[in-house]
Amino acid sequence: MPAFILLTVLTAIRVLGRNRLRAGLTMLGIVIGVGAVIAMVSIGEGAKAAVAQRVASMGTNVIIVLPGSTTVGGVHGGQGGAVTLTISDGMDLKKRVPLLRDTGWAKRDVMQIINGNKNWNGPVNGISPSYLTIRDWSFASGGPFTQQDVDTAARVALVGQTVVENLFDAGEEPVGAVIRIKNVPFRVIGVLAPKGQSAQGSDQDDIIFIPFSTAERKVFGTQFLGSVGALFASTERVEDLVPASDQIRETLRLRHRLQPQQEDDFTIRTQVDIGKVQEGTSETLTVMLFAIASVSLLVGGIGIMNILLVSVTERTREIGVRMAVGAKRRHILMQFLIEAMTLSLVGGCIGILFGVLGARLATVIAGWPTIISGNTVAAAFAFSVAVGLFFGLYPADKASRLNPIDALRYE
Amino acid sequence: MPPLIRCEDIWKIYRLGDVEVHALRGLDLSIEQGEFVAIIGSSGSGKSTLMNILGCLDQPTRGRYWLNGIDVAALQNDQLADIRNQEIGFVFQSFNLIPRTSALENAQLPLFYRGMSLREQRALATTALGRVGLQGREQHYPAQLSGGQQQRVAIARALVTSPSLLLADEPTGNLDTESSREIMTILDRLNKEQDITIILVTHEADIAAYAEREVVIKDGRVLTDRNTKPGVSLSPTEA
Repeated sequence: MPAFILLTVLTAIRVLGRNRLRAGLTMLGIVIGVGAVIAMVSIGEGAKAAVAQRVASMGTNVIIVLPGSTTVGGVHGGQGGAVTLTISDGMDLKKRVPLLRDTGWAKRDVMQIINGNKNWNGPVNGISPSYLTIRDWSFASGGPFTQQDVDTAARVALVGQTVVENLFDAGEEPVGAVIRIKNVPFRVIGVLAPKGQSAQGSDQDDIIFIPFSTAERKVFGTQFLGSVGALFASTERVEDLVPASDQIRETLRLRHRLQPQQEDDFTIRTQVDIGKVQEGTSETLTVMLFAIASVSLLVGGIGIMNILLVSVTERTREIGVRMAVGAKRRHILMQFLIEAMTLSLVGGCIGILFGVLGARLATVIAGWPTIISGNTVAAAFAFSVAVGLFFGLYPADKASRLNPIDALRYE
Repeated sequence: MPPLIRCEDIWKIYRLGDVEVHALRGLDLSIEQGEFVAIIGSSGSGKSTLMNILGCLDQPTRGRYWLNGIDVAALQNDQLADIRNQEIGFVFQSFNLIPRTSALENAQLPLFYRGMSLREQRALATTALGRVGLQGREQHYPAQLSGGQQQRVAIARALVTSPSLLLADEPTGNLDTESSREIMTILDRLNKEQDITIILVTHEADIAAYAEREVVIKDGRVLTDRNTKPGVSLSPTEA
C-alpha cells in the first residue's frame, strides 16, 4: 500500500504538470486565500505583540487613579478636570492598603523648555520619586532624583529621548547641562531610556520629570497645594490588582466623605483594564480574518472540485481501463483524492510563501511589526490539505462508482 | 483437470425503461486451458455481453460461471477486481492505453494494483514489452506509436501479470491489414509457445481463422461450436 500511495502521488504530480495552466488557475483560489491569511495573521500578531509590549511599558501591575470630573455652570469639565486627589490621599493609601507595593503621584503641564538657542514644548511632569519605579522608567545615562531633592524643591530634571533629540545637538551630553523650564533654570541629572509608544499611541519619550514640590512651587503655580494630576500605585502580583483597586476605592470614598448614593469623584484604571481594551480590538480583527479565510478557502475548494469533476469526465476511459486491469473502488477513490490534495497542498505552500513575503514587505515598506508564527503556517498547511480532502471527496467518489463497462465505452 | 471456463445456463437481462432486453438466454460454454477460441456473432447477438461476463466486468443475471474453478457469479466487486488483475488480460479494439503515459508505464499498470515495488514492476513490464517486440520503445508515448505498436503495448499490458486467460475484443478492428497480421501472429505465438488461453471476439472471417475453435453466438445462445483445425487435439466440449 505505501508503494501504491507513493506512485499515486507521483502520478498526480505528473498529471497536474501536464496541465500547468489549468492546475495553476485552480490553485489560485487556495494560493490567494492562504497567502492573505498568513499575511494578515502575521500583521495582526505583530500588532498584538506591539500593543502588549506598550501595555507592559506602563510598568508592572500598575493602578492609576484619576480625579473625577466637575460640572461648573452646566459645563462638564471632563475627566481629571477636578482637583479631588491629593498627595495625602496617596500617602494614606500606602498606609491603609497593604496590597500596594508603592504609591506615587504626578502632575503635568505642557511648557516651553529652552536649551541655548533651541526650544521645545513638551509635557513637564512633577513627580514623586516612587513614580519612576512604579512606571518602570530606567536611565540611559545619569540617574533619578531623591527624596531630598523633593524636600528641598531642587531644580533638577530628567529628560526623555524625544526631548533630548529636540533640545540638544547630536553628541552633546545632556547630563549636567542647564535647561530652562518657564525661565526657571534646571540641571539635567538623568536621561531616560526610551519606551516608545504608549498603549494609546502617544510618544512616551516626549517627557520631562522634575520633583513634585519644585513643579508645584516654582513652575506650575498651583492654586491648590498638594493636589495631583493622578495617583499611581503598584502591587506585587497581577491577581492583587482587582482587590487592591477595591480597597483604594473604599479608602478614597471614606477620605472624601462620599455618601453611599454619591458617585466616585475619581476613576480607577488598572493595567489589565487597558490591556483588555486592546485585546478586544484584536479579537474583532481575528474574527474578520477567519471569515475572509473561510470564504477564500471555500472558493478555492470549489475551484478544485470543479476541475476534478472535469478531469473525471475527461479520463472516464482511463478509469475504465484501470478498473479492467484490477483497480478497486478504493484505488480510484485514492487516486483522485490524492490529486485533489496535491492541488490544494501545492497551492497552500505557494500561498504560505506569498503570505510570508507579503508580511515581510509590510514590515519593510510600511514598517508594520509582523510575527510569522510556526503555528499559523502549520494551520494554513493543515487547512489546505483539509480543503483538498473535503472538496476532492465528491469527484473521487463519483469516479470510483463508475461502471467499468460503461467507462470503457465512454466516448 | 476442470476446464478453465465453464458457463452453465447463463442469462443476462437488461432493463431499458419498460423493455426487458434478453442479451443472453441460457448460454452454455466450456473452454479448456490452452485453447484459442474465436467468438463470432453479429451485433446484438450477445457476444459483447458474453465477453463482459467472461472478463468478470459484469455478472450474469442467472446461471453459473466458473473461472479456473472459482465461482465468479458469487463474488463481490473487489473480489472481481482481484480476479481481473490475476487471471485475465484484456486487449481492446481501441487499445485503451492511457494517453501521455509511456509504453512502459502502460504495461506496468496491472502490477500497480498489486502493490509491487516499482523495480519489480519495471522489470516485468520491460520483459512483457520485449515479448511483443517493442524493445527500445519503453519510453514512447502512445501518440508516438503506430496503431499496431499501440496494440502491442496493450498486449504487453495484458501479458504482464501472466494471466490464465487473454480476452481480445476485436483486437484488429482499428488496424490495417499488415498490422492486423502482426497482432494475430503475436497472439498465435503466445497461444502456441506459452500455452496462454485466448478468447478472440471478431466478425472478420480471416481473423477468426487464426483460432482453432469457432463459437458462433446468435440470439444469446451458442449457435454452432466447431473445431476449425482438425488434427490439433481438442477435448470434446459438447456432449
